[in-house]
Amino acid sequence: MTAVTLSGAGGTLPAGAAPLVALRGVSKRFGNGTLAVRDVDLDLAAGEFVSLLGPSGCGKSTLLRMIAGLGAPSAGTIAWPGRDEGAAGRGFDLGFVFQDPTLMPWANALANVMLPLTLKKVPRGEAEARAAEMLALVGLAGFERAYPRELSGGMKMRVSIARALVMKPRILLMDEPFAALDEITRHRLNNDLLELWAHERFTAVFVTHSVFESVYLSQRIVVMAARPGRVMADLPVDAPYPRNELFRTSGEYAHLCRIASGKLEEAIGS
Amino acid sequence: MSTPQDSIARASAAAEALPVPAEPRFLGLPAGIWPRIFAPLAIGVLVLALWEFAVRWNGIPPYVLPGPLLVGQTLVADWATLSVSLWVTLRITFLALAAAVVVGVALAVLFSQSKWLEMALLPYAIVLQVTPVVAIAPLIIIWADDIDLSLLICAWIVAFFPILSNTILGLSAADHNLVNLFELYGASRWQTLRYLRLPAALPYFLAGLKVSGGLALIGAVVAEFVAGTGGNASGLAYRILEAGYQLKIPRVFAALAMISLSGVAIFLATSLISHLLLRRWHESAIRREN
Ligand SMILES: Nc1ncnc2c1ncn2[C@@H]1O[C@H](COP(=O)(O)OP(=O)(O)O)[C@@H](O)[C@H]1O
Ligand SMILES: [Mg+2]
Repeated sequence: MTAVTLSGAGGTLPAGAAPLVALRGVSKRFGNGTLAVRDVDLDLAAGEFVSLLGPSGCGKSTLLRMIAGLGAPSAGTIAWPGRDEGAAGRGFDLGFVFQDPTLMPWANALANVMLPLTLKKVPRGEAEARAAEMLALVGLAGFERAYPRELSGGMKMRVSIARALVMKPRILLMDEPFAALDEITRHRLNNDLLELWAHERFTAVFVTHSVFESVYLSQRIVVMAARPGRVMADLPVDAPYPRNELFRTSGEYAHLCRIASGKLEEAIGS
Repeated sequence: MSTPQDSIARASAAAEALPVPAEPRFLGLPAGIWPRIFAPLAIGVLVLALWEFAVRWNGIPPYVLPGPLLVGQTLVADWATLSVSLWVTLRITFLALAAAVVVGVALAVLFSQSKWLEMALLPYAIVLQVTPVVAIAPLIIIWADDIDLSLLICAWIVAFFPILSNTILGLSAADHNLVNLFELYGASRWQTLRYLRLPAALPYFLAGLKVSGGLALIGAVVAEFVAGTGGNASGLAYRILEAGYQLKIPRVFAALAMISLSGVAIFLATSLISHLLLRRWHESAIRREN
């Protein structure tokens, strides 16, 4: 079912293919009257890496949470064409990474990664094996028994990503996951995230307020503006993968950052 | 599974690893514990010495204020009677504490599942808490018609509220994002309770347990005092009343010392339980180095 093409330019939909997620006229007004998101139309293709870029308060988190099914839109629809509604249900094919690692402090790394499997009543032995495999994939082999407080910020975030990916979701939603980390750790996690994406072939939606991060990671940048939160621009990032430090220091990268930066300035100024 | 990427990722993650320093130990206990044992001990010895000195220097008669040495001697001499009474009081205390844990946690879980029940019942729990146990103990003794049972009920009334209120607080203190995550994975109420709310409530419950342990003892002693005036209790409080009538003041002090030491022992035991359960993960159980 997951026919994914990682090659090719940008995340534009192949002609005729249904998107994985389709947002139409999505708005969200909170009980206190704040219009957090207004009239968003957005298609996410299977397998693409999209960043939501915008200043703080422009409704990125709200939009991401609505895609995850946490809080219904006040208007508009979020459709999952091609998802088998009955069997799939929520949670089976969706992973979520919060800005904070959001780990259970009383459980070790392995038990934290096992959580989604435990909740879906996967037998313990199988769950442990799958969680250990996922921990190894995010670079934490040997840390299965470590408690969150014994791990650094970057390692906690890796556990959080492993937990989000352990169900092999078709889509991974990330809400500024690396914003609280130092630059060196952030770069390392950016690289590892791209490797995971190439390896696991999920659709990635990455919320960030960093132009550099969004350009480095994604095939497509959705620029948002605040008050009310809305989509201002949809930029393709036509640079090939794999991307690495060479790309980070290239003129092409600088050029793309300048374009995205200009769009963000426009969005903030509007 | 092993891919070329693994090794890259592993190397970069290992670079973020924090070394966990080993604590120095002395006589099987962490070295940092010893001052916490010796400092209060030294103060205690000093005060007892001053007390003994003051009693002797001023020639205070033992029926007014016995010195600590005399109290100690009485404690040894009367151990046969006093130890039986101690056991009676401690049994009531532990039964009351156990009942407080069971009822307190059960009610808290019930309230966490139904806000309606909480609204309806919590005010009555508060009424029980704020009513002085001395005032209702005579009624309970009349109604229960069994002295052990009525003492148990009195001690339970005093002990159960901290456990109830702390556990209620703890059950609603789970990280909001974790609650969302459970929702995302379609967790049932039972799963959310078992894997999220109960573990998150554990530190709060244990803080309540520490308070309730002491309160159960106080409740048992107070209830014995009330019942003791009727002359049919046999706990430590009754011994104090009895010795008071007979002007055996050293014995009053010996019984008092036993109650105090029991209270300290209960506090240490609940603290130890709390430490053992939380030491792997909770901030309160972790000593920080700056
Ligand atoms: N639960 C909520 N209730 C009321 N207002 C909210 C809530 N969550 C977010 N908002 C408001 O909605 C707007 C968008 O918030 P958010 O989606 O968190 O933005 P971002 O993630 O881009 O920083 C902000 O003005 C914020 O104050
Ligand atoms: Mg946000």
